[in-house]
Amino acid sequence: MADSGTGRIRSMFFAAAEQGRAALLPFMTAGIPDPESSLAMFQAMTAADGFEVGIPYADPLMDGPVIASAGRRAINLGMTIDAGLELVHQVAATTGKPVIVMTYANPVLQYGIDRFVDAIAAGGAVGMIIADLPVEEATPFLEGGRRRDVGMALFVAPTTTDERLERIVAAQPAFLYGVARLGVTGEQSELAATAGELAQRVRAATDLPLVLGVGISTPDQASEAGAVADGVIVGSALVRRVLEAEDPERAAEALGAAVDELAAAMRGSEL
Amino acid sequence: MTPDERGRFGEYGGRFAPETLLSALDELEAAFAEAWEDDAFRAELDALLATYVGRPTPVYHATRISEQLGVDLWLKREDLAHTGAHKINNTVGQALLTRRMGKPRVIAETGAGQHGVATATASALLGLDCVVYMGTKDMERQALNVYRMELLGAEVVSVDVGAATLKEAVSEALRDWVASVDSTHYIIGSVVGPHPFPWMVREFQRVIGEEMRTQLKRPDVIVACVGGGSNSIGAFSAYIGDPDVRLVGIEAGGYGIATGKHGASLSAGSPGVLHGSYTYLLQDEGGQILEAHSVSAGLDYPGVGPEHAFLRDAGAVEYESVTDEQAIAAFHLLSRTEGIIPALEPAHALAWVVDNADALRGKTIAMVLSGRGDKDVQEVAGRDG
Repeated sequence: MADSGTGRIRSMFFAAAEQGRAALLPFMTAGIPDPESSLAMFQAMTAADGFEVGIPYADPLMDGPVIASAGRRAINLGMTIDAGLELVHQVAATTGKPVIVMTYANPVLQYGIDRFVDAIAAGGAVGMIIADLPVEEATPFLEGGRRRDVGMALFVAPTTTDERLERIVAAQPAFLYGVARLGVTGEQSELAATAGELAQRVRAATDLPLVLGVGISTPDQASEAGAVADGVIVGSALVRRVLEAEDPERAAEALGAAVDELAAAMRGSEL
Repeated sequence: MTPDERGRFGEYGGRFAPETLLSALDELEAAFAEAWEDDAFRAELDALLATYVGRPTPVYHATRISEQLGVDLWLKREDLAHTGAHKINNTVGQALLTRRMGKPRVIAETGAGQHGVATATASALLGLDCVVYMGTKDMERQALNVYRMELLGAEVVSVDVGAATLKEAVSEALRDWVASVDSTHYIIGSVVGPHPFPWMVREFQRVIGEEMRTQLKRPDVIVACVGGGSNSIGAFSAYIGDPDVRLVGIEAGGYGIATGKHGASLSAGSPGVLHGSYTYLLQDEGGQILEAHSVSAGLDYPGVGPEHAFLRDAGAVEYESVTDEQAIAAFHLLSRTEGIIPALEPAHALAWVVDNADALRGKTIAMVLSGRGDKDVQEVAGRDG
């Protein structure tokens, strides 16, 4: 069916590839700069191909200081999992773009895996990423996702052995999230050499779509990563702009401009 | 018990960790399993435990307090181990393993500072670089231990997010590890974290219970404090399955369970994922981890080792709690009655004995005195005005 989650994820990568580029998937924490203005942040990123919406978790092991503090700010301003799911629905409905939900295992376990998957599918989300869920623990999440055709990602990292890569591919995720560098999320001065090496290894092992994220912050880095992957996730650099802005209007402007630059670099053209 | 191939004790445990760490966890599991079967490794560890740590630690018959309470109380003196707590049993073991894996650097988290000091000590002993993460709140209340770690050559990194205590220190150490896993081993301080940590740390702490079995006639009751739960599991593991020995773990009741300000994950929490493991924890309905509270920094943690979660559900161990106030009273009692100033953590175990003295009348009780109280003197002095 045309509306299926995994089908829409594939279409997104395919459409970008048709234009000779990777898909740009900005990450943004739900509920910043405040819960009321959060939707406007996503709407401002007009050059995005899809979105990664982060449902905030207060103990995010895979996140550096910027995204961790964004999550705490959102939680302190009253962001809940239900409010996050409602935002997912609004982003999907008003932008028409594929929305992938990102969070950590515990909020989903407490909500109930099936109930969570039902809620994001009903809200129009196409996929989910759980940052602290390796393939060993992923089975109930993968099964839950398949039941509602919500595409579950699994991670591959520079430290992932070939044997693990094989197991991860065999679990049939909807796509792979390649951890571009050893470390947690955060801005870096250059793209780690591990990104290209990882992409090469993944390409040799599978045809599954590969997105690269973690430590990709500038247009040059996004372009470089996009040359070897199907999609690129930029998070901290964008979240920081929202946290630093004086008011929501300026946050939206800064965000829109930053995503335009990223998209232009990934198209291989100047603005 | 040995966890299953997924690192689970029943349904608890597992590996809820970022993929970046999984190869290192696989490597660690294999390295530990191999080392633990290797006579040369065991001999080196045993020699260090004997000549460096000071094992076996004695069991002391606390006759004056026994008389006062109407019980027969024996103290397993982990406070007499080098660095003043049971933590050293685990850090010497993991430091040897680090060297065996060829990694030059270790990281650790610490709450009360005891594990940080024990890690810094083992690192100095074996020539490893050492970085210890510690919440700023804990650095204030345990300033002496911060300086001890620095004297031992470790770098202490302050963690100033959230409640700035043990939970945040563990999270920050795990973030360091995600970036440094190629060259670094994470010496986790308790039976928490992703598999194989809960199993491996338990094995390194089993020595407590194994010594007790040879030192003591079978006691009626064994009682120990439970934060992450390493000294208690070390003692219990030698007695689990013996129907004649009652095992009791004491959690931090803080201001009282009803106030919500406590560290009693097993008594008042629910299952979920924290720091890589599925276990009982303090959380809200949305799965956000709640702040724990305890006068004792070592028990100020909203989770607990997954094997304890299993033992709780199986009914093999009873878990109770006592308040800050009760623990401080027991701290004074042991100091005045036996001339032993205990750490505030094991003072919780003694407080339970005091509170239940009538029901325990005439029973032989073995209590793990997991650490000495020097680090807590200032905290208690501040409270007593």
